[in-house]
Amino acid sequence: MLRVCLRGVKATAQKSSGRIRLTNVQQCREYTTGESSSASRVVAAGLLTVTGGIGGTIIYAKWDHKFRAAVEKNVPYSEWLLGLALGPVSQDSGLPIRKPMESIQPPSMLEKQMRTSKAKSEKKLKETTEHGAQDSGPASPQPAQNIQEASAEATQIISAISEVQSIPAPCDTEPTAAAGDCKECSDPNIALETATVFQDTKSAGTAEPLRERSAEEVAARLAQQNQDEKDIITSLSAQLDDSLASSAKATLQAIGAQEAALQAITQHTHKLKEAMEAEGPSEEKSTQWKDLEAALADRTTSVNDAKTALVKANEALDSLKSVIDKSKGLKITAARPLILAAEENLHKMVVDLDKVVSKVQSAESEAKIVAQYTELVHEAKQQFQREVSSLTPEIQANWKGLTGKLSTDDLNALIAHAHRRIDQLNRELAEQRVQEQIHMEAALEQQRAEDQRALDKAVGTAKQHVKEEARLEQERKLAELREVIEAEMRTQLRRQAAAHTDHVRDVLKVQEQELRAEAEQELSSKLLAQETRYRQLTQEQLDDFTLDMNAAYARLKGVEEAIDSHVEAEEEARKAHRLWLSVEALTYTLKTASTESPSMPLEDAAEAVRASCVENDFALALASALPEESLKRGVYSEASLRARFNSLRSLARRVALIDESHNTLYQYFLSYVQAALLFEKQQEVPPTQLRSEDLDPFKLLSYASYCLEHGDLELAAKLVNQLRGEARRVVEDWLIEARLTLETRQVISLLSAYANAVGLGTTQAP
Amino acid sequence: MADELGRKWDRCLADTALKTVTGVGIGIVFSVLFFKRRTWPVSFGSGLGLGMGYSNCQHDFRSPYLIHGRVVKEQS
Repeated sequence: MLRVCLRGVKATAQKSSGRIRLTNVQQCREYTTGESSSASRVVAAGLLTVTGGIGGTIIYAKWDHKFRAAVEKNVPYSEWLLGLALGPVSQDSGLPIRKPMESIQPPSMLEKQMRTSKAKSEKKLKETTEHGAQDSGPASPQPAQNIQEASAEATQIISAISEVQSIPAPCDTEPTAAAGDCKECSDPNIALETATVFQDTKSAGTAEPLRERSAEEVAARLAQQNQDEKDIITSLSAQLDDSLASSAKATLQAIGAQEAALQAITQHTHKLKEAMEAEGPSEEKSTQWKDLEAALADRTTSVNDAKTALVKANEALDSLKSVIDKSKGLKITAARPLILAAEENLHKMVVDLDKVVSKVQSAESEAKIVAQYTELVHEAKQQFQREVSSLTPEIQANWKGLTGKLSTDDLNALIAHAHRRIDQLNRELAEQRVQEQIHMEAALEQQRAEDQRALDKAVGTAKQHVKEEARLEQERKLAELREVIEAEMRTQLRRQAAAHTDHVRDVLKVQEQELRAEAEQELSSKLLAQETRYRQLTQEQLDDFTLDMNAAYARLKGVEEAIDSHVEAEEEARKAHRLWLSVEALTYTLKTASTESPSMPLEDAAEAVRASCVENDFALALASALPEESLKRGVYSEASLRARFNSLRSLARRVALIDESHNTLYQYFLSYVQAALLFEKQQEVPPTQLRSEDLDPFKLLSYASYCLEHGDLELAAKLVNQLRGEARRVVEDWLIEARLTLETRQVISLLSAYANAVGLGTTQAP
Repeated sequence: MADELGRKWDRCLADTALKTVTGVGIGIVFSVLFFKRRTWPVSFGSGLGLGMGYSNCQHDFRSPYLIHGRVVKEQS
């Protein structure tokens, strides 16, 4: 089955066709499913359940968010899967950032109830929280219901800032003006404090335990506030001054214009009156009339000017008023006197302006009356003139100058006319007298109405003025009171500060004492330590010095000894050298031995050696240990001994059998035969330990020969010494000689070694 | 000391030769004189001579090993 599958797979791999492969695999699977169908069925069922479960979970999670959250929490990697299937979790819960903003609202609402829009307050408060500046301080008018709570807040805040047990200021119980004062003076702080507090604590109560800021922060903030206030005040004052100046100028101008107008009007009326009443000649009249016209022109111009000036002044005053209102809107305590002054100025200017305007108006009314009168008179005159001219057409105007030129008819006509006129006028007069009352009443009514109007206006303006004055007075009083309260608060604070400083001073004094005591103690201990250390150091120094001195002395001594010993050593060395030289000479004498003859007698050399080592017992002993024979006769060299041995060897071989008991001639014969017949090695290495069979003379001789050949005379002598009997007798001489040589050599080598040692000992290596 | 043996042999031989010759001579003499020219005194004499020489020789060779002792009368 498997083979079939494999074959199929191979075929497909060769052909590289997916479908065929699939079919082949399927064929394979078909082949295999028959046997494992149940297992595959189980597997398929399991897979199905699993996928069904997952799908169901996903669908339910999409529907129910809580379930989704639970699943995500409990099952790892489920959030990845669910995110993949459903997308990220939707934002049901609000942003946590909004909460402090919302919670800040309630207390700010207390202060900002008079505010127009909540959004504005929110914005303002956001500005506050962002910039922490005072500009956003609420500039509301002072509602009474805020004051108490705000004053309580103020007390708390002041206590929080100053860390002093705060006594609620007496102004708290008088809510009207003073608390307003407190509130106002701490108002900017309230906004900031509450804002920061609610940023921190996230609660909506007004009377919250406030978090104290550090003194530097507070001071910085206060300084900042002061700075801002100052800036604003300077700008404000500049503004006020500007507007005041401009309005003053405008007002003065207006007043001047009005005065000028007044003057012009009075002038005009005066002139008019004069012109009316004067009876001068016509030229004068004409000049008068010209003057009058000029005056009229003046008056009109001046009145116009006055009007424009008044308008300008009003504008200026309005601007000043707006500026004042704006500055009032800022609600800064320090600026209040400025505002007050500006308001007073404004009021005064307004009053002056009104006065002048009223004066001008009265003058104008007078002028109107006079003008009316003049008109009437003029009209009458015109009429009269007309009448006169109608009567006497020849006579021209200015009839006053024509008294001499008039004829009687004319005069009569004139008189008649005059009489008629008089009658007419009398009738009119009677009529007038009759209607006098009515006219009078009407006029009175008119006048009353006018008076009423004027009165009302005057009363209105006066009321306004009075109100204004009263308000200003009130403001002034407020300012004074505020100052007084301020001063009192300052004194209280100063008192508290004084108490605090006293307390602090006491504490500081105590602390100072403590610290001083501590410091003194420490100082004394340190001093003691230092002293001991100093003493220790000096002692150490002394010790060191003594040690050094001793060491130096010892070294000096050592040096001296060394020098002496050196001298001695030199001496020794010389002696050793001499000894050595003598020993060398002695050694050399050994070499003088030739092959046959012995060396020179060692007498002299030995004598020299003896001479050169007089004090040296060892060397002396050694030197005297030299054998007499060597001294007298000298020693044979090893070569000679070797040569002799060779000859001796054969002899010893020949008499090998002969000893004390065997020494007949027959033995001799036998030993000769043995020597002739026995062959041994010429040289044989001697063993380290001689056994009994090694004591055979032949062996011994071969050993000895070997030894001699290898230069070991001593061993050879030792071996030869083992010979017994006749052989021994035969080699006795040789042995003696060998012994002698050995002895001498030993002594000399000893001496030489000793001389070398001494020389080495005395020689100083470089 | 090695020469001694040689010398000894020399002496020994010489001595033996001499003695033998002397013995021979004496033998001859005796043989001629007393023993009617028989040879036995010559061989006797040579033998005597040889023997003496041999003995001498031996004694000479033995001489180092000979221990000479004296009777010492005990002093009571």
